[in-house]
Amino acid sequence: MKLSLRNIDRSFGAVQVLHDVTLDLHPGEVHALIGENGAGKSTTMKIMSGYLAPTSGEVLLDDRPVAFASSEAAEAHGVVLIHQEFNLAELLTVEQNIFLGHELKRGPFLDIRAMRERTRHLLDRLDCHVAPDAVVRDISNPDKQMVEIAKALSRDARVLIMDEPTAVLTEREAEVLFSQISRLRAEGVAILFTSHKLDEVKRISDRVTVLRDGHVVAQAMTQAMTEDEMATAMVGRDVSSLYPERAAPVGGEIVLTVEGLTVPGHARDVSFDLHRGEILGIAGLIGSGRTETMEGLVGLRAATGTVRVEGRAIRRDRPRAALDAGIAYLTEDRKERGLLLDKSMRENLTLQSLRDFTRVLIDEAAEDRALDQAIADFDIRAPHRAVEVGNLSGGNQQKLLLAKTMLADPQIVIIDEPTRGIDIGTKKQIYEFIHGLVARGKSVIVISSEMQEVIGLADRVLVMRQGRLAGELSRPDINEDRIVRLAMGLDGVRGAA
Amino acid sequence: MTATDAKGAGAQGRARHLDLKVLGPILALLALILVGALLNANFLSMGNITNVLSRSAFIGIIAVGMTFVITAGGLDLSVGSMAAFIAGLMILVMNGLLPTMGPGWPLVFVGMTTALVAGVAAGFINGFLVTTMRIEAFIVTLGTMGIYRSLVTWLADGGTLSLDFGMRSVIRPIYYDGILGISWPIIVFALVAIAGEVVMRRAAFGRHAAAIGSNDQVARYSSVNVNRVRLLTFVFLGLLVGVATIMYVPRLGSASSSTGLLWELEAIAAVIIGGTMLKGGFGRVWGTVIGVLILSLIDNILNLTDGVSPYLNGAIQGVIIILAVILQRDRKAGA
Repeated sequence: MKLSLRNIDRSFGAVQVLHDVTLDLHPGEVHALIGENGAGKSTTMKIMSGYLAPTSGEVLLDDRPVAFASSEAAEAHGVVLIHQEFNLAELLTVEQNIFLGHELKRGPFLDIRAMRERTRHLLDRLDCHVAPDAVVRDISNPDKQMVEIAKALSRDARVLIMDEPTAVLTEREAEVLFSQISRLRAEGVAILFTSHKLDEVKRISDRVTVLRDGHVVAQAMTQAMTEDEMATAMVGRDVSSLYPERAAPVGGEIVLTVEGLTVPGHARDVSFDLHRGEILGIAGLIGSGRTETMEGLVGLRAATGTVRVEGRAIRRDRPRAALDAGIAYLTEDRKERGLLLDKSMRENLTLQSLRDFTRVLIDEAAEDRALDQAIADFDIRAPHRAVEVGNLSGGNQQKLLLAKTMLADPQIVIIDEPTRGIDIGTKKQIYEFIHGLVARGKSVIVISSEMQEVIGLADRVLVMRQGRLAGELSRPDINEDRIVRLAMGLDGVRGAA
Repeated sequence: MTATDAKGAGAQGRARHLDLKVLGPILALLALILVGALLNANFLSMGNITNVLSRSAFIGIIAVGMTFVITAGGLDLSVGSMAAFIAGLMILVMNGLLPTMGPGWPLVFVGMTTALVAGVAAGFINGFLVTTMRIEAFIVTLGTMGIYRSLVTWLADGGTLSLDFGMRSVIRPIYYDGILGISWPIIVFALVAIAGEVVMRRAAFGRHAAAIGSNDQVARYSSVNVNRVRLLTFVFLGLLVGVATIMYVPRLGSASSSTGLLWELEAIAAVIIGGTMLKGGFGRVWGTVIGVLILSLIDNILNLTDGVSPYLNGAIQGVIIILAVILQRDRKAGA
């Protein structure tokens, strides 16, 4: 089935976010839709899948005009959108989720056996080995992604639209997804996906459409465009050097010593040092215990072992203990753990360091000055100061989260997934910012599932595997091959520093 | 960036809506005052106003504390029973010490101290169970509600605990006297409300409470001592229940199993009418004060007029509460 957009305009109030967008999804073809945050990708996908109506222009299904009244109507036509944030009921089982709202019945009763059978069949088809009666809360992110796809397939999806399907997957898990996408393509499904990772766009898509400020600025067969050309089309300028050059300053004194850190169930016996002015990368598959180790380090999780800052052991039993010792942890989950989405930027900015703004009462004028400073320093772009943080784009949220963390003036900053779900322009700003930090003598630990990010940023890389340190790499040994081998347990050797 | 601008336009639309939401309770209060004044000439008399305000002071003082508990994502169903229990305790202590200390202000202070200490202790127990023991606030306070109600009934042996008549005349002025013609309950209510408003808006504690109610994980990851703040909201509420009881005992001089009945619901209703979100994350003390006044004015107007039976008081209050929640949801839908 072919889905087409013809000359689509879409406005919200007085503001037009899509201008004359035309694109075709062909059966058996993978179409990548790329663009910076705010370029109009989400709006385009929502119009395709019935969540939004176009202001003008036509949606065609097999060249006949259709007007989806709702996402349900689109689903009935075989057009399904898979959201970036999963739309699964966490407390229901896999099979209950797949058939939610479309339960198979025998007479008045649920036909549980038939549903289980079909669920198993669907998951087999996707080469996914999660149990049909597993509770969704307990399964991994990639499995959730597969359940979403299985759910779409159970509705006989002929057009599958995926919003950043790989954002929450490690590279290896993404590989599994790609092979499934290839399989679906071979079955004649029309697929559209968005991604910020141009290498995967290059690899798996047949056709690519680039959006910038609501306009289609490029449309071509993927093989006809290089990654650089895609990036340039997205941002409208040259972004060839994403990772700024930096003189390696390693050799500063040790500021952080971790000895035998064990987080029950997640990490065992992790020991390492961090030097002043160093960027230490932590690589590993999702689920290898990277996040949990760092959360244990700063006292957000119960952990045993010793953490010393400049030789002094720090306590981890009080919420502020790590911060008082100069360590700040910046969570990977900015929406659920990083920012109060229903509050303003000011309240979010000062939440972690409110003490510094309080004598008896909070000094709101000082808070406002801090916000002015943060907006300038971090290039936070918001429509107005009172905007609820949940309405900012992902990149601006991440900048605000950085600003909030830095306001507490930590000496050691642990940044978990610094650029997840963020467009290339903002990524570059964040990398430059991290470089600025170490140039000022601070020390940074970066956890990242993006191989290029770890390689591009880190002076030294620790690779975790199944809750343990699998190895350590220093320049010039930091490369994709070495990291992958350590992360997957192919190199037994613990590399020396 | 076009998408950002679009969101900006939406946010401005919401800001207009928010203004209506802010004005809503105030307009409702003004409307009630107007209706009252039209229906009965005595409504705006000094005597009636003093009467209404004094009687709303108990619920009002408690509701200020409740605003913090709810803002931080909690709930306290036990405050009515707690007030009854503290009143009973206060009376027992004063009666028991009367033979040795004799009637007089020293004994009154002992009674007051008893009430405050008992309030803090009861609040601490609720808060401890909610935070350290990690039990839902609803369950904990449902339990303690039953416990305190049962204890006061037991202390009174099913009847009424009465303050010794020797003490009544000493303690009476706490409810009936005041300065410059304003009675003590009104003064205390006003002070508590002002302090509460300032703490909510301008102190780190209020900011932290709202952050925790909005998303306790974010608060935890922002180095906020979530358990301590939650615990303190319950302790402050307990303290304020003690204060309210100190105002209440002089009025009737007795406590029984029906003392403070349904106060918890009136306090929660006042908080919600005032625009605080029941699920936490946003609270305003001035709104709560208006909520308390709206509830007592409805009662007062029905008592002063012949048209509608005062027995319908609960029904009208119920309608107001539901309307307030509908308004709250509208604001949420705009977000």
